[in-house]
Amino acid sequence: MHELAVCQALLQQVEQTARQHAVSEVTKVVLRIGPLSGIELPLLQQAFTVARRGTIADKADLVAEELPVRIRCTRCRTESTVSASRLLCMVCGDWRTRLISGDEMVLASIEMTRSQRSPPQTELTGDVNYV
Amino acid sequence: MCDTCGCNVTSGNEHLLHSHGKLARTTEGSESIEVLRDLLHENDHQARHNREHFDQHDVLAINLMSSPGAGKTRLLEATIDRLAHDKQIGVVEGDLETERDAQRIRSKGVPAVQITTGSACHLDAHLVHEALHQLDLAAIDFLFIENVGNLVCPASFDLGQHLNVTLLSVTEGDDKPAKYPVMFRQTDLMLISKIDLLPHLTDFDPRQAELHLRQLANPAQTICLSAQTGEGLDAWCQWVGEHLAQSTQTRRLAKPVSA
Repeated sequence: MHELAVCQALLQQVEQTARQHAVSEVTKVVLRIGPLSGIELPLLQQAFTVARRGTIADKADLVAEELPVRIRCTRCRTESTVSASRLLCMVCGDWRTRLISGDEMVLASIEMTRSQRSPPQTELTGDVNYV
Repeated sequence: MCDTCGCNVTSGNEHLLHSHGKLARTTEGSESIEVLRDLLHENDHQARHNREHFDQHDVLAINLMSSPGAGKTRLLEATIDRLAHDKQIGVVEGDLETERDAQRIRSKGVPAVQITTGSACHLDAHLVHEALHQLDLAAIDFLFIENVGNLVCPASFDLGQHLNVTLLSVTEGDDKPAKYPVMFRQTDLMLISKIDLLPHLTDFDPRQAELHLRQLANPAQTICLSAQTGEGLDAWCQWVGEHLAQSTQTRRLAKPVSA
């Protein structure tokens, strides 16, 4: 059950982002999770309801979108969507494939309401910076 | 993996991750900030720092993982008996409770730091970093990090190791790689342990275990061994020795030549 540790790391990043953007309340946290990340989504949802208490995301919904496991065959160059325990090329059956998607564990975006009308200190058009 | 922040955003999956602009309005009128950062960014940052420590001191760090009872500590004892005469070994032990494993290692004359995680089911890069402060890395060639016995959680946390080694004992199922793909997909070596028990166990086939590993697109070598009889230990010690030599050579080549 490492999902609680993952949630705590997630909430740290959410709070950091919220501070930079003068956010009063986070309403939604959107993740993109691949089956090969080792995260179980139902466990993550449960852990989030515990870990969010007392944070700026206290009332936030967690939306975790699951990404497909996609591979590219190094022999025939075909791309296939496969199951997490069988990363074989669907065309030629070769096992020498490269993962192109499916191990992600990414905080994609957060939705929020601002505490003030004025723009945040960081540039809206630039990358979100962390120090 | 992205070199900037360690996230898993690549050209292969980027289109799946971006759904809207960096700051987009939602239908409810609230704003959306695009972040695109790995959830374990802090851990990964610490892991890179740990790896730098290892590299500065020419230490080869190996993360040893398995389910509970597969024989990690026993293998370490046998490895120390074979390697400690000309290489310096250090061990970080991860367990939920007790100092027992570290004591077993120390009784062999090897420095060992015990991390007791309490209820945590895995080691993380911060815990390992704290343990490193109790070891003299300059006096170590191999650092073995014995992770908490668990085939699930340790797979998600980079500790800064150079190599992952996963034990699969013959008393388990030979389909473990298929059942725990996150762990076995990333392993650099699969050790089939307790091979001396194989004659008594008809339903474990090392070839099947290796086949399941290949089905995860993992080319890693498999070594069958027994810490009890010594079978396979030469091949294992040769494997770690070769990787130490390789990493030392790589670092030498990478270092600028002083005038």
